[in-house]
This record gives sequence, C-alpha cells and structure tokens, in this order.
Amino acid sequence: MREFDYQRASDVAGAVALLGADPDTRFLGGGTNLVDLMKSGVERPARLVDIRELPLDEIEPTPDGGLRIGATVTNGDLAAHPEIRRRYPALAQAVLAGASGQLRNMATVGGNLLQRTRCGYFTDVTKPCNKRVPGSGCPAIEGEHHNHAILGASGHCVAVHPSDMAVALAAFDAVVHFHAADGPGQSPLADFYLPVGDTPHRETALPPGALITHVTLPPAPVAARSRYRKVRERASYAFAIGSLAAALDVRDGVVQDARLAFGAVASRPWRAGAAERVLIGAPADAGTYAAAADAELAAARPLPHNGYKVELIRNLVVAVLSELAEEAAR
Amino acid sequence: MTTLTTATTLHTPAVGTAHTRIEGRDKVTGAARYAGEVPFADLAHGWLVLSTVARGRIRDLDTESVLAMPGVLAVLEHRNAPRLTTDYTSLLGMRPDPTCAVFQHDRVPHLGWPVALVVAETSEQAREAAETLVVHYEQEPHDVGFGAGHPDAYAADGHMPAVTEKGDLDAELAAAAVVVDAEYTTPEEHHHPMEPHAATARWDGGRLEVTDSNQGATWVVGELANLFSLDPAAVRVRSEHVGGGFGSKGVRAHQVAAVMAATVLQRPVRVVLTRRQMFSLAGYRSPTVQHVRLGADTDGHLRALAHRSLSQTATGYEFVESSAGVARVMYDADAHHTANRVVRLDVPSPTFMRAPGEAPGSFALEAALDELAEKCGIDPIELRLRNEPDRGPVSGLPFAGRNLAACLREGARRFGWGERDPRPGRRREGRLLLGTGMAAASFPAGAMPSTASATAHPDGTFTVRISAADIGTGARTALTLVAADALRTSPERVRVRIGDSDFGPAMIAGGSMGTRSWAWAIRVAAGELRERLALGTGIPPEGITVRSDTTEAIGALAAAERHSYGAQFAEVAVDPGTGEVRVRRMLGVFAAGRIVNPLTARNQLRGGMIWGISMALHEEAVRDRVSGGHVGADLAGYHVATHADVPRIEADWIEDTDPDDPVGIKGIGEIGIVGAAAAVANAVWHATGVRHRSLPIRPDRILAAAAEAPDA
Repeated sequence: MREFDYQRASDVAGAVALLGADPDTRFLGGGTNLVDLMKSGVERPARLVDIRELPLDEIEPTPDGGLRIGATVTNGDLAAHPEIRRRYPALAQAVLAGASGQLRNMATVGGNLLQRTRCGYFTDVTKPCNKRVPGSGCPAIEGEHHNHAILGASGHCVAVHPSDMAVALAAFDAVVHFHAADGPGQSPLADFYLPVGDTPHRETALPPGALITHVTLPPAPVAARSRYRKVRERASYAFAIGSLAAALDVRDGVVQDARLAFGAVASRPWRAGAAERVLIGAPADAGTYAAAADAELAAARPLPHNGYKVELIRNLVVAVLSELAEEAAR
Repeated sequence: MTTLTTATTLHTPAVGTAHTRIEGRDKVTGAARYAGEVPFADLAHGWLVLSTVARGRIRDLDTESVLAMPGVLAVLEHRNAPRLTTDYTSLLGMRPDPTCAVFQHDRVPHLGWPVALVVAETSEQAREAAETLVVHYEQEPHDVGFGAGHPDAYAADGHMPAVTEKGDLDAELAAAAVVVDAEYTTPEEHHHPMEPHAATARWDGGRLEVTDSNQGATWVVGELANLFSLDPAAVRVRSEHVGGGFGSKGVRAHQVAAVMAATVLQRPVRVVLTRRQMFSLAGYRSPTVQHVRLGADTDGHLRALAHRSLSQTATGYEFVESSAGVARVMYDADAHHTANRVVRLDVPSPTFMRAPGEAPGSFALEAALDELAEKCGIDPIELRLRNEPDRGPVSGLPFAGRNLAACLREGARRFGWGERDPRPGRRREGRLLLGTGMAAASFPAGAMPSTASATAHPDGTFTVRISAADIGTGARTALTLVAADALRTSPERVRVRIGDSDFGPAMIAGGSMGTRSWAWAIRVAAGELRERLALGTGIPPEGITVRSDTTEAIGALAAAERHSYGAQFAEVAVDPGTGEVRVRRMLGVFAAGRIVNPLTARNQLRGGMIWGISMALHEEAVRDRVSGGHVGADLAGYHVATHADVPRIEADWIEDTDPDDPVGIKGIGEIGIVGAAAAVANAVWHATGVRHRSLPIRPDRILAAAAEAPDA
C-alpha cells in the first residue's frame, strides 16, 4: 500500500484546518472501513488526520429533551448507553446487529455514517464502478446484484448503503452536525445522503473538508417502543439483505404514531414516509401494515435478481409491526 | 552404553485415549511460527501481479518505472524468468498445474493469472510497486459461462473412470413404479485456510531450501525438483506448522515464483498470497450440475440409478470433480450408470477440496434418495437399508468393512428419528417452520507408501521422524500416540518430528490417507526398533535407528471396496417470511476405522459437519461473466458459517477397526462433510415442503421458491 502521512488533531477547528481543501486527505476515526479500503486500493489518501482524540465522545441530553451523540462515540458505547437503550431501543439493536464486538469498539458514529458501500464491484479496483471512477460504468446492473437497491437507484449505480445504525437514525429524524471551513452547519439525515442520479460518487451533503461533530436525536416518545430487525445471509457478521427500523404507538386499536425506515434497499437508509402516512390513524392490524408496506414499495424497481427484497421488506413490516402492537397490548 | 530400562510391562495403550495437541500451547501463545513468520537474514519480499483480463496475451509490461521505485530489486515476468520443465507426472499421478509454471509465456488463460513478481526489500515496497505495474494486454473474448448445456463438455477420467454403465437404464426407468428425475447444482466453492499460502526460498550451499506451508513436503520437493530440473536430494522443504490446507496446499505459484527470485537474486525471497489472490491461485471446488435419475419399485428397491455430473476446469489443465463417483459405492441398481464430465473454460484451475467428488456428489445423490423416499412413502433410512449392496455396485468387489447400516441405526436412535412425522411443513414454532433431514455418507479409505525412522536414545526416550504434515488435524499428536503404543512406552517419551522432506518420502495430508499412511510406517519402524531393543544389547550415544518403508506392504493389500461411512442428521428452522434458514442441531455417526485421538478426531469430524452447514447455506463464489473474475473475492463477500450459525453439533463413531491396517485406521479427514449438506437440504424440505436443489439455500432462494410453489 501507498505510504501516507499521519497527523493527530486535538480540536475540531484544528482538525478542519489540517484537512484544509486537500482532496488527498481523509479524517481517520475507527478506521474499520477506511483502512480496509486503503489496503484494497479503493482509497489512496496521502494524509490521514486522526480525530479520535477530539472531545466528541460524549452522549448528552439536549435542551429540547433529545440526545446529542458525539461523532467519535464508538458504536459499542452507543449501543450500551442506557438512554439510547431506553428511549431509542431500535438504535441500540441496529448497532448491535452490525459487525463484531471488536469492530464496534473501534468504529465511530461519524465514520459509520460515512462508510462506503460493500458492492463487490466498488471494492475491487480492477472492475469498473461509477461510484469509484465516475463514467466507468456499473457492471452490477447486468452482473451480480442480488443484494443491490430496489429503491431510489439509477442507471448509473444500484449500490446499497451498508449501515444498520443509519437506518434507525433515519427513522428517528436524526440531524447530522458538522464543522466546515466556514463554521458549523447541519443537515437532517433525510437530506444528508444525496440522490444517486448520474453522480453516484457524490454521496453526502457534507461540504468538502467538513468534519461531522455530532448527531442529534430529537425527542420521540414513539421511539421507546421500537425495534430493528435485520435479515442477512448468515447469523452474524454479514451486511443486511433487508432490514427494518420500526416504532409504533397504538391506542384503542388505532395507530397514533409510527416510524419506519428500511435498510439495504437503497443508496441511503430509506425513510418510509408513504408507509407512515398510511399507518397513522388507521386500525392497527395486519391489513394496515401490509397496505403501508405496499404504499412505500410501489416505487420499487427491482433488478432481475433482487425482486425478493420487495416481499422481504413487506413481510418484515407486517411481522415487526404486529409484534410491536402485540407487545403494546400486553 | 546404557541399558534400556523402559518398564514395558506398565504400558497402557495411548491410541484411543484423548490427548490435547502437543503443539497446542505454542499455537495459542503465538510461539508456533508459520511459514510467513520465520525470520531470515537478508530476506527480500516478492509480490505477485495478477492479470486483470480473463483471456488474451501480454503485449508489454512497464517494468522500467517500477524498477526505479524505492526498494525494488527485480521484476520477474515471462521475458526474463528462469525456464521451467513441465513435462512430468507428480507424486499424485497428475500433470503439473500450469498456474504453478509461472512466467513461461505471454498467454493469459484466466483472470487472476500470475503475470509478474515484483521483488523488493520490504513487503510494503513490493506491494506498492506490484500495484503500480502497468501491464498491457491484447484481450480476447472469454468464456466463463458454466452450465448444463455447454456444448464443449466431455467425459473425463480424473482419478476414476469417467463413465460406468451396467444394465439397460431406459428399460429399468420405464419399468419403475416410482421415478425421481432431478437436476442439482452446487456453486464454485473455495477453501480458504486461516493461514494464507506462504513460502520462503533460499539457496544454502548448493541446496534449495524452502520454508513453506503445505500438505506434504515430499510432494512439494518432487514438484519443485521437476520444475527446476534439480536432483530431489538438492531440495529441502519444511513446514513445521500449517494453518489449514483442505486440498489447497500443494505446489502453487508463490513457491515457484519465490524459488525463481531466490535463484536470480541469490538471497532469500518470501512470497505470501493475499486472500484475494487465493481466489485465483489456490485452487477451488468446481461448480457442478448433477442430473440424478432414480427408478424404484413401490417397495423402494432401486431398478435404475443414473448420476451424471458436469464440472468445470481450466483451458490448459484437466481436473475432474468426480461427483458421480459416490454412486458407485453407495447404492446398487439393476441399471446403474454414472458419468463425470468437464468443460474447459477460461477460469483458474480447480483442485481437491475437502471430500473432492463426494461432497457435491453426496448432496445430489442423497437429496435424490430423500425425494425417492417421499415418493415411495418409505422412511428415508429404511429406503437406504433396503438398498444396501453386498458387493461394490460397479466393481463387484467385496466390501472390506461396510458399517453404514450400523451408523444409520445408531444415528436414528440418538437423534430421535423414530418420532418424526414424515409429512413436510407440519412442525411450527411461532413464525418458524421446523424440519429434520438425514443423509448417508462414504469416503474412500486408503493408504499410500511412506517411510519413517524411529530412534531410541540412551536416556529412554525416542525420536520418530516422518515427512508428515499437521495441517491442523492433530496428526503430530496422533502419530505420537501410535508411536508410543508401538514402542510400548508413554507418549511423553516420544518426540515425533514432522514437516521436513529430509525425513524421507511420505504420503501427503490428503485423501483421508495421511495419518493412516504415516501411522503404518511409524508402526513398522517402531515395532522393529522395539524388537531390536528387546535383544538387550544396549543403546550407543548416537542411539539406535530403524527405518521403514511401507511400499511393499501396501501394494500387497487385496483389492476390495474400502471406505469410511457415516449417517448425518440435521434439524433446521426456516423463517418463511425472511427466507432465513438456521440449523438447530446436527448429529453425525461415523464408521471410520479405529479412532486414534478422540479429542482431535471429534474436532475434525465436527469441522467437516460445520463445513457442510456452510456448504448448504452460505458458500458461493460468484463469477462475473463480463469480466470473467469474481465479485466479492474476500471473506466479507464469500460467506462461511460463523459461530452464530453453528448449533449444537454431535459427532460420534461406532467400533470399526480396520483389520487390514496395522493400527486399525481408516481415515477421518473428509467423511465429516460428506452428506452434511444433503441432510440440511432434506431438513429444509421437511420444514417447508419445497425442494431446494441448488446450493447454497440462501434467503432469496427460499423466498423465490415459496413464491413459485403451486400452493403458495
């Protein structure tokens, strides 16, 4: 692998200044994705700025009653945090559904949001990939794509976002906060990941050189009754082929509030707004859940070998919402 | 001179008792050094450059700029590499794999073919230079499209006759009351030992010394001596510890490239394969398409059995995944036809992978038997018992110890098979569907000539030397127990030295024949040494050494059907909403000769069964038809069973001492995986009522099959 310089940042503004406008420099968090990509040649930075010593490793309450999660909080600490477990259980479950204990103890919240797709064409530098080399083509569309996108993809890229954590954050209206050269800024997670279109190499709304400093979760009473369910091709240590973060509030047999987000179906965590609109105010039964799933999945455009994801997500929605409703009724 | 005072009368047999691995502490503390870790002074590092096209010609390599990079010592490629001899037959009776004969011409026969070796002072420098090297190709259209209808398929022998035919198949199928006619497929599968392939080559006083990770020093010496036109006595290969082999660790490109570089540079050179490189350079199990036809009377008696298998091989190398071979042992029929066919494609060379032939072959055959049992309305175990042959179905030879029926009965008893409702889709647990399945298994039991030496020392201890390889099986420990019994002493007094070709020719760790072949040679040498010592002449300071060679004894074995057997049982839970299949428990009962060390034997059998779960549910190397290479060629993309996929697994055995072996051994290396995938697949049918004839049984396939099922 290529030699690179390594620097350690001690404060946020300093880290952003160190990175500057240098396109060959990357921030280093846990390194659980970046270092792999450096070994395989997908990433070839000339310089790394290590941000792990920045004071961004706290989870704190916000004045509005939500939570502020620092960007260098490890996935392991996030999943273990009592407030996360109590108020946003789907988020803790999502994090624990990913990777391994060792990786979760290294991986950071900021890095998790910015991790790259595991599409086998993207991670192999000998193959074309519009995300890695714009304009080189997308062989997945005609090739191996059984775990690729059914929603929001384009003829330029059909890769899926690999994060479990981000799916739960999407369900709970998280906001990503960053520090750019011209000062702090923020982006709702819903807008953080850019549409694929013809620019699959442009993945996020993060300004060039900006550093994610923290993520805020607004208060969401419905989130206390939530669940993350991940389907994968082996029992652990695999990325999802379909996942669901769901929260449900049922009173007197009627859905009062609901949150749904899908994973492994698109280039970003897929907040299922159309499904939520069907759910809220409707009777809490399997027919409603299926109709909600269908409303969202009407936009699905499966490829020849990933059509099963439509049924998989539909089944997950019905199963998980039924479980949540039954538990609430107890 | 001292007099031997070993208390022979107090000896209690070591074989058959549980012993932890002799080198276990070294391994878990990191003290054991593997091939890529052994230090050498003045060591240089080579990094292989692999082709990025699947077929064509190398037009040019831009070596000049790479040679100017920091630390780079040399770039070996077809225009400057030493010439090799490839016109020979190896220890295993095979022609050399062309993938090993690196840098001899400008042809590129598959993606991932070695086109150059960059040698540098450090591994990092070599890698960076190798990844910088620009290779210009004249690309040609390639064909990697494996499938049943390929027009270029032909019947090929491999290690057994390609075709066997007995009786009138069409007539018997027509006369059968019940017919199963189904096609089964298994994907390309890879053996990725934890320790990647690694070798260091150096010249020492006119001798070539290779520190390597392999399954047989004798084998590798023979190949290297032939390739480089050397006297075998001028080549020494050592591999003290080997972190897994599974058939993949013979001679590969990296050893040959390391020897070339050490020769050119006259200093030690190490070459280590990366995981990704192993996908094209370490061999693999070919995908198979297997067509099985069974015709039976209503009582289950087989009138017709046809098993026809297709596998792929490289354009310049014929390796046959002999999947149809297992039918020649397992079941007889009035008409019995089997055929192994291959098609040559622009792909890397396949090779032996745990239970070559039997692993995929038993999936198809044992799944077809399960379908027949269903159609006949006969219990799957009863169906097999009714079709137990009394002679080899094809050979007509007598069976030397066929204890399959005992395995089936004991397994059924312990698994609780008798309480099973044969109807599919009946057992539910919440949203889950539960099912159980079984399959029978066999693998050839054999021995190959080996030599060994046994030395008695004046202090009452012994040293045994043999070119055996402990690839993680516990062979070193097992051989120590065998030697101790033969010497009528305790294992603590015996030091077994292995992994060095200077100890003389011996069989490889392969074909379930390693431990048996080595144990035979050790038994003979140690037995003769004990007789010598019994004369009471005393032991000189240099000790007394006896050598053995089993060539003659093994050649004198009478022709017979010699195999290990097993019965595999599995219980699965299927989530019909998500397609997830999880194995809940497994039981394997084996008749596999005398078990030398129950601790490591159980470990090895369970390892095979776990691999069977992996084969049934997870493993699949995906080849991209456009590029001709793999997609996801790493252990994130190529899924193997994780701990969470592995439930309670019991492996046990019945008494099966082989009377024709001095120690009673048959061999346990492969039998654990045979039939395991079929047992899981049959359990998935029992749970869901849907037959899955293509492995692995992934969630998307469960969902797709359920959607297509007539009663969905």
